Amino acid sequence: MTTHVISDTGVLTGRSLRHILRSPDTIITTAVTPIALMLLFVYVLGGAIKTGSDESYINYMLPGILLITIASGIAYTAYRLFLDMQGGIVDRFQSMPIARSSVLWAHVLTSLVANLVSVAIVIGVALIMGFRTGASVGAWLAVAGILVLFTLALTWLAVIAGLSAKTVDGASAFSYPLIFLPFISSAFVPTDTMPGPVAWFAEHQPVTSIVDTIRALFAQEPVGNDIWIALAWLVGILIAAYAFAIVVYRRKVG
Amino acid sequence: MTTEPAIRVKGITKSFKEVHVLQGVDFDVAAGTIFALLGSNGAGKTTLVRILSTLLKSDAGEATVYGFDVAAKPGDVRESISLTGQFAAVDGVLTGRENLVLVAKLRHLKNPGAIADDLLSRFSLTDAGNRKAATYSGGMRRRLDIAMSLIGNPPIIFLDEPTTGLDPQARIEVWQTVKQLADQGTTVLLTTQYLDEAEHLADRIAILHKGTIIQNGTLSELKQLLPPAEKEYIEKQPSLEDVFLALVGETESEREIA
Repeated sequence: MTTHVISDTGVLTGRSLRHILRSPDTIITTAVTPIALMLLFVYVLGGAIKTGSDESYINYMLPGILLITIASGIAYTAYRLFLDMQGGIVDRFQSMPIARSSVLWAHVLTSLVANLVSVAIVIGVALIMGFRTGASVGAWLAVAGILVLFTLALTWLAVIAGLSAKTVDGASAFSYPLIFLPFISSAFVPTDTMPGPVAWFAEHQPVTSIVDTIRALFAQEPVGNDIWIALAWLVGILIAAYAFAIVVYRRKVG
Repeated sequence: MTTEPAIRVKGITKSFKEVHVLQGVDFDVAAGTIFALLGSNGAGKTTLVRILSTLLKSDAGEATVYGFDVAAKPGDVRESISLTGQFAAVDGVLTGRENLVLVAKLRHLKNPGAIADDLLSRFSLTDAGNRKAATYSGGMRRRLDIAMSLIGNPPIIFLDEPTTGLDPQARIEVWQTVKQLADQGTTVLLTTQYLDEAEHLADRIAILHKGTIIQNGTLSELKQLLPPAEKEYIEKQPSLEDVFLALVGETESEREIA
C-alpha cells in the first residue's frame, strides 16, 4: 500500500489542479482583495503613515499583503475539501485500494501551488506599483521558504476546517480571523504607535515576526532573532495543525 | 471460493450515540447473485453498506467480503469490491472520460485511456465522454457512476440505492446494467426502498427493519409468507408507468444511439 502513496497523491493532485485550471477565478479572486488593499494603502492611506524607515511604503507593507493573500487563498482549500467530503467522492476513494493519506495530501499540494501562483500575481502587481528589492537569490529563496511554510501551516488549518465544517460557509469562514491578523501586527504600521495592550498583542503574535523577517530579507538587512521566532511559530503551527487534522480525518473516514 | 458465500454478515451491530442503527444483522450472499436489502429510509441500509465497504467500523459482530474480514483485512476487501454510493460520486468538474481515467489510475491499471473508452461505449456515453460530468442528466451521471465502479472488474459490487431520484427510463437502464453484471458473474449487493426494484432484480431479498433482518428469502419464498391469493377477476389496467413509457416511447440510451 505504502508504495502507492506518491503515485496516488500525484493522480489526485492532478485532479484538483485540473479543478483550479477550469475555474481560475479562485486564483484571481484570491489575488484581487490583496491587490485592492495594496492600492488603498499605498495610494490613499500610505501618505499619512510614518513607518520610521527610509523604505518606500509599498516595500514596507508588501510582506503583510503576501500573508493576507495566502490567508484568503486557503479558504478555497477548505471549500474544495468540504465539497469532496459532501459529494461522496471521498467515500469512493476511500473504498478503493489507495493510500489512505493521499486524499488529504492532494488537497495540500494543490493549495500550495494555487497560493504560490496568487502570491506571484500580487508580487507582479507590486513591482508595477514600484516595489523594489535588491535581495539576493538566497534571500529570495528564504522568502519563498517562509511563504511555503506559512502556506502549509495555514493549509493544514484549512484541512481541519474543511473536514469538520457542517456548511460551505462554515468551511471558509474560519479564514476571516487569519486574514485580519496582519492588521494587528507590524504589517502596515509600526507596533509602537499602538496603545499598550494592542501593541503587546501585535508584538507577540506570529505575523509580526514573519512580516519583520520577510521585510528584512527584501531590504537586505540582518534578520536577527525574528527569523527564528518566525520559524518556531510556523513549524509549531504546522505540526499541531497537521496532527489535529489527521485525528479529525481518521475519526471522519475511519 | 465457489462454495463460500461472497459476503457473510454475522451479528453486526452499530450505534451512533443513543441510536441503535443495526442490532445484530445476519445474512449470506452467494457468489454471482444479486442480493437486495430492502428497507425504508433510516432502516440502516447505508450504515451496513458502509461497514461492508470498510468506510465504517461495526461495534460488534463480524463480516467477511470475498473471504476477507472487513475489520482485520480492509486493504484486501478494498481490492475486491467497488462501492457506488447513494449519491452519484462523480467529479462534476472533470469530463466523463477523465472520471474513468482517474479511477483506472487509482486502481493502478495499465492503459487507463483504453479502459475509459471501452466503458464509455459500453454505457452509451461515448458522445458525452468529453463533456463535464456536471452537464449530464441524472441517468447519465448514474451510468457513469456505475461505469466507474466496474473499473478493475471487482468481483463484488455494492450499489446503495442506485435508482433513487432517477426517472423511469433511467431506472430501467440501471436495472439492465445490474442484470448484465450478475450475468457476467459479479456479485451484487444492492439496497433499495422500492419494492418493485427488489422484485425485478434480486435473486434473494432481505428486509431490514429497525436494525435487524426480519425476513430473508427468494421472491416466491417471501410471497408464500402470506395466505395464498384468492382469485379475483379484474380488468387488466395499464399502470401509469406502462402509459408513461409507451408515450415517451424509448429509453434514454436508445435515443442517444439513434
